[in-house]
Amino acid sequence: MVKSTSKDAQDLFRSLHSAYSATPTNLKIIDLYVVFAVFTALIQVLYMALVGSFPFNSFLSGVLSCIGTAVLAVCLRIQVNKENKEFKDLAPERAFADFVLCNLVLHLVIINFLG
Amino acid sequence: MGGKEDPTANGSPKSESMAGKKASPPDLLSSISLKSLKLKTKQQELLLRVSILGLVYVLAFIARLFSVLRYESMIHEFDPYFNYRTTLFLTEKGFYEFWNWFDSESWYPLGRIIGGTLYPGLMVTAALIYWTLRFLRFFVHIREVCVLTAPFFASNTTLVAYFFGKEIWDTGAGLVAAALIAICPGYISRSVAGSYDNEAVAIFALLLTFYLFVKAVKTGSLSWALASAFGYFYMVSAWGGYVFIINLIPLYVLVLLITARYSLRLYVAYNCMYILGMLLAMQIRFVGFQHVQSGEHMGAMGVFLLMQVFYFLDWVKHQLNDTKLFQTFLRITVTSAILVGGIALGVGTASGYISPWTGRFYSLLDPTYAKDHIPIIASVSEHQPTAWSSFMFDYHILLFLFPAGLYFCFKRLSDATIFIVMYGLTSLYFAGVMVRLILVATPAVCLISAIAVSATVKNLTSLLRTKQKVPQTGSTKGAGSSKSSSKVTLDQSQPFQKNGAIALLVGVFYLLSRYAIHCTWVTSEAYSSPSIVLAARGAHGNRIIFDDYREAYYWLRQNTPTDAKVMSWWDYGYQITAMGNRTVIVDNNTWNNTHIATVGRAMSSYEDEAYDIMRSLDVNYVLVVFGGVTGYSSDDINKFLWMVRIGGGVYPVIKEPDYLVNGEFRVDKGASPKMLNCLMYKLCYYRFGELVTEYGKPTGYDRARGVEIGNKDIKLEHLEEAYTTSNWIVRIYRVKPPTNRL
Repeated sequence: MVKSTSKDAQDLFRSLHSAYSATPTNLKIIDLYVVFAVFTALIQVLYMALVGSFPFNSFLSGVLSCIGTAVLAVCLRIQVNKENKEFKDLAPERAFADFVLCNLVLHLVIINFLG
Repeated sequence: MGGKEDPTANGSPKSESMAGKKASPPDLLSSISLKSLKLKTKQQELLLRVSILGLVYVLAFIARLFSVLRYESMIHEFDPYFNYRTTLFLTEKGFYEFWNWFDSESWYPLGRIIGGTLYPGLMVTAALIYWTLRFLRFFVHIREVCVLTAPFFASNTTLVAYFFGKEIWDTGAGLVAAALIAICPGYISRSVAGSYDNEAVAIFALLLTFYLFVKAVKTGSLSWALASAFGYFYMVSAWGGYVFIINLIPLYVLVLLITARYSLRLYVAYNCMYILGMLLAMQIRFVGFQHVQSGEHMGAMGVFLLMQVFYFLDWVKHQLNDTKLFQTFLRITVTSAILVGGIALGVGTASGYISPWTGRFYSLLDPTYAKDHIPIIASVSEHQPTAWSSFMFDYHILLFLFPAGLYFCFKRLSDATIFIVMYGLTSLYFAGVMVRLILVATPAVCLISAIAVSATVKNLTSLLRTKQKVPQTGSTKGAGSSKSSSKVTLDQSQPFQKNGAIALLVGVFYLLSRYAIHCTWVTSEAYSSPSIVLAARGAHGNRIIFDDYREAYYWLRQNTPTDAKVMSWWDYGYQITAMGNRTVIVDNNTWNNTHIATVGRAMSSYEDEAYDIMRSLDVNYVLVVFGGVTGYSSDDINKFLWMVRIGGGVYPVIKEPDYLVNGEFRVDKGASPKMLNCLMYKLCYYRFGELVTEYGKPTGYDRARGVEIGNKDIKLEHLEEAYTTSNWIVRIYRVKPPTNRL
């Protein structure tokens, strides 16, 4: 059972990898950005688990800025992806402008919240 | 004035749809009107729409001015006085002082940190309007601004309702919705001029947030989601009812997920709105970390995580073409996600990191909860379950149009109509649980009813139109065309169709005009009294004004030492601090139940026991409200059982059965001895035994309860009467210093 599961998982990763390599480069860059943001959030959570969450607003603003960035980047990725038919009439420039605006608000609030 | 204009506003959808009807077939009548106006159909329609909206905007403002015309420009009721006092402070001292304000005048000796325990949205809004007006060189008093804030925002709500209606149905529905909500009594009850309360701006913010969110879901645009996050921020800053938004929107997302209506637009809208809205909401100190700590907000976070998992799975599924592989993948991720989520929730709840639901929230889900557990919530009359009559009173015909609107919504199901249906159903449930939440349901009911009215009228007028059209097309094209022949057969099968349509249209407009009349009547009779100035009809039908409250508060302001502490039941706390400018023991904030229970205990004890309590609280004056002379029924004697209950909830020496006779609350000769000698009874009926209140009745006849009082010979030992207002509504007693020991 265990063996078959691990074999399945191996298969899975292999086929995922092969499918993913066909993705356009600009989407790959966004993906890297998302992974980086999530990874940073994880590091902060680990740090919080070790040291404690005393200035809770600082911890929250740190983690939420990472998660917020990641989520906004995923939204951008959805909007600029050509395969998504729902966003055909949304220009990539407009999507990027929205993304920048949201990030601006996000980080201004974060700066206010850091304390 | 309002009555005259109402039919215009309600008739407006008619004229709009009529115009559309006239314009589309180029018959003689419309060509004449076109020539004389020299406007294209589109422009004509736009002009009509804008002018109707303008009229509705003005109407919504005017209909709320009854109280100003009848009494004067003043703040109403209890809570608005606190808001007024804080706004005054904000405009005088500036924002930073306001934010750091420690108020030593309330909750003596504890005090209250005002900046951290209030929703500042309303005060900041009023102060901004005030500063803008001053910048434009309109030198108005801040009180006028506060009085007119609510009608102004009600007008703005009509605009939002128009756009919302346009978004979920069409422009006609939007116009009807704007007209309906402008005069709906359920909304007017909380937004007449002078009711300067959080709800005044909160309903605007609520509807705006929902509108922007629906727009964001429809377009999938980040900027609309950002706008709705800002709307949410404004709502959080204004009213505690924001919890409704943060639970309704995730519920809506969940329903869309379950019904397989998930889309990437939904993902964009919800995630952006949630993350930014949550962060913005944390900037309000009173709300603080609740979005990550309290149980009420956990649903939203759960849905947020669920969305991520769902998106990720969707993406992987899209990448993988092999279904078998995807199945294994699904199994692994779903089990691990559920495990992690369950463990996190369990650990969070067990360690006390996630606080359990608050009492008010419980009492929403289980209407009997407050009655059994928290008397202080149950004692407030606006937290009582709603009676059928008040639904009828506040909604009138909307109550019947609502199911019809639901039918139309289900007939044309889209993301937006699902939202409005869910909003309508959930808020209507909450409206049934608590009277004050009728307010939250009102916009949804108006919108859904507007859909019903608009769709019905549109269908009926189009019926009329086809009837006119058919002979024309028949004559020009000849009877040979299949289309017109089918129409002719349809007409023949329903011979009274046209008459029926006309009759139904007349019926609809009759209903709408009744609604307008009802709304005007309700507004003028029920919802425009300030409750700080009472009005009654005299024997000859003339209006008698009782201005006793203000008389008493000004007496306090003028005749007592500035550091005097006044004890009263918590209802009057805000008014005493705002108008009397004196320190109070408890007020309407009710944040400390024990403190209120102490006051309740003092009021329901014998005089010498109460004296000890009052000495320990450093009380100088006691204020009671008494309606026995005027027949004013919401006085302290009628509230007395709640004082006993709240006092008894903390101090078991106070027992409710001691004050009742056979489970009955009486003040006459048959009352229990404890009742006849407790402090509240003595203070209310002191010297009342000598007074003849009504012709042909014995002395000491209590007009509010319709009985002769049981204890006419009241002697006070530790207190003395300081002031009684002209109609005896407010009585103030001075607490004597302790006597010398011999």
